[in-house]
Amino acid sequence: MTTASAAQPLQWDYAPAPESAAIGRIKPRYQPYINGHFVDGGGVDDVTINPGTEEALATVSQCDDANVDAAVKAARTGYDKYWSKLSGAERGKYLFRIARAIAERSRELAVVETLDNGKPIKESRDVDVPTAAAHFFYHAGWADKLQHAGLGAHPQPLGVAGQVIPWNFPLLMAAWKIAPALAAGNTVVIKPAETTPLSLLVLAEIFAEADLPPGVVNILTGAGDVGSALVNHPGVDKVAFTGSTNVGKKIQASLAGTGRKLTLELGGKAANIVFDDAPIDQAVEGIVNGIFFNQGHVCCAGSRLLVQESIAEEVLAKLKDRIGTLRLGNPMDKNTDIGAINSAAQLARITALADTGEGEGATRWTSSCAIPDRGFYFPPTIFSNVSQSMRISREEIFGPVLSVLTFRTPDEAIAKANNTPYGLSAGVWTEKGSRILGMAGALKAGVVWANTFNRFDPTAAFGGYKESGFGREGGLSGLAAYLRPELEA
Amino acid sequence: MSDRIDVAKTYKLFVGGAFPRSESGRTYQVTDSSGKFLANAAQASRKDGRDAVAAARKGFGGWASATAYNRGQVVYRVAEMLEGRRAQFAALLHDTEGTEESAAKNTVDAAVDRLVHFAGWTDKIAAVFGSSNPVAGPYFSFSTPEPTGVVAALAPQNDSLLGLVSVIAPIICSGNSVVLIASETRPLPAITLAEVFATSDLPGGVVNILTGSPAEIMPWLASHADVNALDLTGATGDQRIEWEAAAAGTVKRVYSPTGTDFSAAPGTGRMRAFLETKTVWHPTGAVSLSGGGSY
Repeated sequence: MTTASAAQPLQWDYAPAPESAAIGRIKPRYQPYINGHFVDGGGVDDVTINPGTEEALATVSQCDDANVDAAVKAARTGYDKYWSKLSGAERGKYLFRIARAIAERSRELAVVETLDNGKPIKESRDVDVPTAAAHFFYHAGWADKLQHAGLGAHPQPLGVAGQVIPWNFPLLMAAWKIAPALAAGNTVVIKPAETTPLSLLVLAEIFAEADLPPGVVNILTGAGDVGSALVNHPGVDKVAFTGSTNVGKKIQASLAGTGRKLTLELGGKAANIVFDDAPIDQAVEGIVNGIFFNQGHVCCAGSRLLVQESIAEEVLAKLKDRIGTLRLGNPMDKNTDIGAINSAAQLARITALADTGEGEGATRWTSSCAIPDRGFYFPPTIFSNVSQSMRISREEIFGPVLSVLTFRTPDEAIAKANNTPYGLSAGVWTEKGSRILGMAGALKAGVVWANTFNRFDPTAAFGGYKESGFGREGGLSGLAAYLRPELEA
Repeated sequence: MSDRIDVAKTYKLFVGGAFPRSESGRTYQVTDSSGKFLANAAQASRKDGRDAVAAARKGFGGWASATAYNRGQVVYRVAEMLEGRRAQFAALLHDTEGTEESAAKNTVDAAVDRLVHFAGWTDKIAAVFGSSNPVAGPYFSFSTPEPTGVVAALAPQNDSLLGLVSVIAPIICSGNSVVLIASETRPLPAITLAEVFATSDLPGGVVNILTGSPAEIMPWLASHADVNALDLTGATGDQRIEWEAAAAGTVKRVYSPTGTDFSAAPGTGRMRAFLETKTVWHPTGAVSLSGGGSY
């Protein structure tokens, strides 16, 4: 090291600042929400745990095929009987109500999300919940303006939407999926991940309180088998899936020839590209945010850092200094930066994949932060001396693990950034405006953050190229995924 | 009967702006609607399909980065060249599909008009399907449509000119390149249209046309890792199942409409099917244009 980075990480003796778990009002048992009612599922009860402590959080009644069938039928009835009969303006009012109710119960929702998912309370409080409310608010306003969506004078809903969402942003993903579907006039059957069902079931309470007609939104609890039954149900007109590329491929294959509309939001291996003229301190913040936000459980996480060779040492040193200050631990503590890995299974995957990094010759650096005795935690980890062929730079790790590569020219950066089957997101850090726009144009990625990273907004389309899927969420193109022009097949 | 001997034409493939024979050396007989021999056409192989994908990838870069204005002019130029050959195509349709003369002329005119229609779309796609995003926070965010890349398309089997043009034009007007498999039994309008493309300032590789058996070539295109999207307009039900499933291996975009009436107004679905949306974010700073931390 040539810079003054040898200093020991500072000791931050923050007093504990825990949010109260009581605010979450976690109930002992939760049920799926079908046709406007919380009903027992036909499957065996499952327990969802708090990944921050490994303690049982609540029992959740699981669904079976008959429940899937009932939910799809309810959604069809809800579509025919209520939702398709409403004017756009009236539909919009329901969505506005929901947006308001999410805001009103935001603290409760944030606590539920953090307890069930393991993400830091400051992130669920400041990102997940407000952005979820914003999605309902944004799409509420679309409901009576669909003729302006670029699909002709009378765009039509598709019918019943079957949606499957992942565990990394349970409430936010639900909002991304449900809000545009309802605004466009569709009804919904949605399945959260089996490890994170609670916030969506609280959202179901909000739907009920908002007097949303029965069957308009149905929520199925369960694992992959329930999701598979849902997306393959013949009563579903549109399938929207967010999750792993492998599962997305299976869904696409299983829907082949059915004519059912499909959108996929899959994995990523984003390049975060730092040029030598970048504002380095801001870039370091952006790199940290890019890979350690939500413990790296982000499909668009900036997991491949591409640094221009001339500043690589400086950036790496500053990065380690900065990461040394990140506080890992109790997700419910308001000062926690990095919370828990969502499940034991995911922790095992991260651990195994990170271990291949060393095996393949990369240099591993791990933050010296303390790790709690209980709960699933993985310390922030950086691999340097990484080559493009290594698994850690090719495969999605979905955890707080950063691979660092270098480049000399913009062309080399583009070639390396695009050298992946994925194409979800990318970052560019440089002071040169023409270079930003040139890079943004050349990168095969659906979202490019320049001098920032991991920004989301309902007005801005989000979604990937190549094996990161097809379809967008947010903005015009996200709405279009739930509509068809009146005069087109 | 004239005593002049026809100069019989040997139809070839259209790949990378050139007219090669099939590498397999095979041809097949094309007959008219009453079963009378019309011509031999090249029977493309899997290898021809791969060559066409390579040519399309090569053609894609320059075409995608060409200005929308330029693309519009080129597509319009295609319409001009087709207009100049109206009589030839009307006769071809009469021979190939048994279309009556006046109807054949109308179909050719509609094909020309369709090209003109899409020529006018090239520089409006970004405005209609893109957006400036009023995000909450000090950022400028905008979403722009981009071509998805190489599209493998199967032309409609029974609408050998208007249907064919209606498939190709929306794919290329946004900057994609295309590998198209012509109607198996009615390939002559397609390969003759290739002569129009070849003389229309269209860069080599943007449009590639294969004649032969879709069942033989399409499986390879559907699973090809360098093909970004499929247009299965001309596929049968079983083929849709098979090729859509194959496309899932590389998460291709698949456009698979059935029963399209090409005489109707074309709409925007075919263009939107092959567009990516790219969203770019940049901080705008907090009014500190005169220095200081603006990030």
